[in-house]
Amino acid sequence: MDWNSLILLGVLATSLVASGVIFLLAESRLVLRTVVNLTAAVLKLVLVGWIVWGVYQAIEYEFRFTIIEGVDFILRADALGIMFVGLSSLLWLFTTIYAIGYLEKAPNRSRFFGFFSLCVASTVGIALAGNLFTFLLFYELLTLSTYPLVVHRGTRESLRAGQVYLYYTLGGGALLLFGVVALHVLIGDTEFVPGGSLAGLDPSLHPMLIIIFLMMVIGLGVKAALFPLHAWLPMAMVAPAPVSALLHAVAVVKAGAFGIARVVYDVYGIEFAQSLGLLMPLAVVASITIIYGSLRALAQTDLKKRLAFSTVSQVSYIVLGISLFGPIGAVGGLMHLLHQGLMKITLFFCAGNYAETLGVHKISELDGAGERMPATSVAFTLGAFGMIGIPPMAGFISKWYLGIGALEAQMNWVLGILILSSLLNAAYFLPILYRIWFRKRDRMWCEGKVLGRFETQASLLFPTLFTAAVALAAGILAGMPFSPLYWAELIVGREYLQ
Amino acid sequence: MIGLWSVPLLFALPLSLGILSLLVVPAWRPRLIFIGLPLLVAASLDVLAGLATIGPHVYRLGDWAAPLGINLVVDGLAVGMILMTTLVTSLCALYAWVYLRDHPTSTTFFWPLLWFLWAGMNGIWLAEEIFNLYVGLEVMGLAAVGMVALRATPQALAAAMRYLLAALLGSLAYLLGVALLYGAYGTLSMAGLQEVAANNATTQVALALIILGLLLKTALFPLHAWLPPAHGGALTPVSALLSALVIKASFYILLRFWLVLGPEITPEFTAQFLGVLGAGAVFYGGWMAWRQHHLKQLVAYSTVAQIGYLFLFFPLVTNTGPEAQRLAWDGTLMMLIAHALAKAALFLSAGNLILAVGSPQISHLVGISRFRPMSLFSFGLAGVSLMGLPPSGGFTAKWLLLHSAILSGQWWWLIVLFLGGLLSAAYIFKVFRMSFREGPQIDRSVTPPLTLDVTALILASAAILIGLTAHLPLHWLRLGSVFGVS
Repeated sequence: MDWNSLILLGVLATSLVASGVIFLLAESRLVLRTVVNLTAAVLKLVLVGWIVWGVYQAIEYEFRFTIIEGVDFILRADALGIMFVGLSSLLWLFTTIYAIGYLEKAPNRSRFFGFFSLCVASTVGIALAGNLFTFLLFYELLTLSTYPLVVHRGTRESLRAGQVYLYYTLGGGALLLFGVVALHVLIGDTEFVPGGSLAGLDPSLHPMLIIIFLMMVIGLGVKAALFPLHAWLPMAMVAPAPVSALLHAVAVVKAGAFGIARVVYDVYGIEFAQSLGLLMPLAVVASITIIYGSLRALAQTDLKKRLAFSTVSQVSYIVLGISLFGPIGAVGGLMHLLHQGLMKITLFFCAGNYAETLGVHKISELDGAGERMPATSVAFTLGAFGMIGIPPMAGFISKWYLGIGALEAQMNWVLGILILSSLLNAAYFLPILYRIWFRKRDRMWCEGKVLGRFETQASLLFPTLFTAAVALAAGILAGMPFSPLYWAELIVGREYLQ
Repeated sequence: MIGLWSVPLLFALPLSLGILSLLVVPAWRPRLIFIGLPLLVAASLDVLAGLATIGPHVYRLGDWAAPLGINLVVDGLAVGMILMTTLVTSLCALYAWVYLRDHPTSTTFFWPLLWFLWAGMNGIWLAEEIFNLYVGLEVMGLAAVGMVALRATPQALAAAMRYLLAALLGSLAYLLGVALLYGAYGTLSMAGLQEVAANNATTQVALALIILGLLLKTALFPLHAWLPPAHGGALTPVSALLSALVIKASFYILLRFWLVLGPEITPEFTAQFLGVLGAGAVFYGGWMAWRQHHLKQLVAYSTVAQIGYLFLFFPLVTNTGPEAQRLAWDGTLMMLIAHALAKAALFLSAGNLILAVGSPQISHLVGISRFRPMSLFSFGLAGVSLMGLPPSGGFTAKWLLLHSAILSGQWWWLIVLFLGGLLSAAYIFKVFRMSFREGPQIDRSVTPPLTLDVTALILASAAILIGLTAHLPLHWLRLGSVFGVS
């Protein structure tokens, strides 16, 4: 076993070991828990940075062992996987800092941070999985480790949300399992290879392959919150803000979208998927989800609910980009995996700051919040602009590439969807910004916590500002090396050149 | 020589310890485990070493040849069962050593019965002749009935009585079948039967009786009614032993019969019928488990459901291709072992949760995740395996069975595996849901002794780990069967 495979295990182990240690710590060991958490997060980030550099230079990282005859456990770092790992380990660090501040003095923190680390370990596993079996393994582990976080508050409402979450994800997981087993029966161990491994199969199997694709995409679509499989996501908003960040930006919905990318690019292969006629329906479903999510967001009065429906809509941009046949659309979709994560986590951090500092949950109560919490509000504004797609924000770059990609794929109607969706995004974000900046508060703020020097606790404020800054930089510096755009082009170069 | 001295010890040792424990003063009875456990662990490992060095073989007790002497089969299947039994029983014995301190009246007879149970099980795993299998079944069955009665409450005695009647009826049917076979062919040896048995009416009637008797003892739906009160009502370590191991012994005998007679003599119809009963067990058991209000009853009904998966073996190996058959064999044995580990862990951790809240009601578990995370964690790990979610032995088993079902074109068993998994998720998460609900703010629950939590955690971790390292045990288990090199 060489260093290159050990380092992959190291990336997985940092959060896995942290999770185990945290579970064993007593509730009162605040300092030690924080140290373990942050050390693991920073260590992981360093290791990931190392691998990113290696992958850039086309070094192979692989770890495998045999589970049963014909089925291997494979971890492998390729450009697509390491992009997702990079996103989740960066955001893990900031979400952890945020959560430490957010949950100060709350009960059950050992349990919370233990499962939180386990979630991130599963996400890393999903991203580094080198075959469908390993992917499935971590995909289900993610379901199991998020459930305790969704029900964390232990209220009737959150238990109900947890139950709905399980209905959807366990059902979807079972369908995915069928699809994966069926592929195994057809071709044996399904490793992810650029260009896919199914194109050579006998044409008489094509109807079967279409059914398998359908099962897998439904299974993955549950987590990606594709319409009509999205209902669990807005319900899960009852969980604490760091959990929302985890669901919407770091791990869960991304795992679904990432899985669809894997299936299309590395199992079926984009050209074979196109020749089976699978991409068009996927684009249609994604488009419907984009519009539907935005329309529902418009109708919400609760800030976090509105953001949740906005996620339903925005994640489907990724799926849309994957389903556009052509490299530019793919760049748009893959890049949006990062962009959406950065922007959405900023927005959720802001929503959490408003709720924790000012006790505000409803959009109608946000009047004058900009005056009271200027830094948070600037971050929120940046995130919202990004979501609408105003240049030079990151969201604009995604939409631009998606639009060009649609023209390239001769699916001009997608442009209409993009424009309509941007208008809808503006329609549900701009009124919030108007309230924050241009309306005056008519009574005193009822403030919950002792705040310290800043407008809110430092541990809440700084992660928010940082993610906002990164989201901004991702747009402005899109032309620089190692920007999301740059990396997405690298992936597409490697996937399409096959 | 490696692997040979230890084979007879596997049942001679527990048998003599059982007798010895009746002779010493009660206070000394628990302490015998500190002699017995290391010796049995060493013997089991030595048998494994023997299998690895000289391969599957037949051990002649006292070196007497077959009809006079007793033949013992040491093949992959038997050794796998022996190791599983040693692991589960040792941990349950350690658990009982601490647990029974609060049950002074039960401890008098628990220890002798445990040794006899162990001797009976090891006898079954090793026996080559069908009559010796019967002897093993009776020794094990009577010890198990005695263990159910240990609690000595009216309910426990009623449950033990029901169990006794079911067990006796089952072994009687089995014995009748054995007698018919002996009358027809004049041999009791499995290998002998394989050579001479013909597909005629006598054989069919005999096999029908044997299968019926074993189904009753395995508690396959709809013959399961004796199981939930017996397993759910017994002392916790007893429940774990019975659910994890004892019901597997009768299934194991069925498997042995199939190995020598099955492919020719079990017709397609019987195989499908057994599969359908298994499906019925999965659905009915899962549904009933979900409806229970008592934690241990829920776990007991979960056993009824999980037994059903084992019986999918028969339709999957009858008239199917060799690859599908091998996958079914691997999947069934993985399921059997994973269930043994996970169910023992589930019962032990359920016992810990009950100790902590002082009530068997699931509704009294409100808020327990906050105060006894470790007991709940073991319960959760074991639950993952029972739900068939990765990474766990239960998942690997399900994967293999799914693979086999697709390969043999019997898609209807996919539905059983699909819905069965969701049903088990429903009842496992029923417990979790309660434990995550915010309840009392002050910790009023009892802390179970560390040994109790640790033994449950080891078993649960084993159920998870075996799924990740399934390659090796499955390779061993195939040794000496039609699926592996001999």
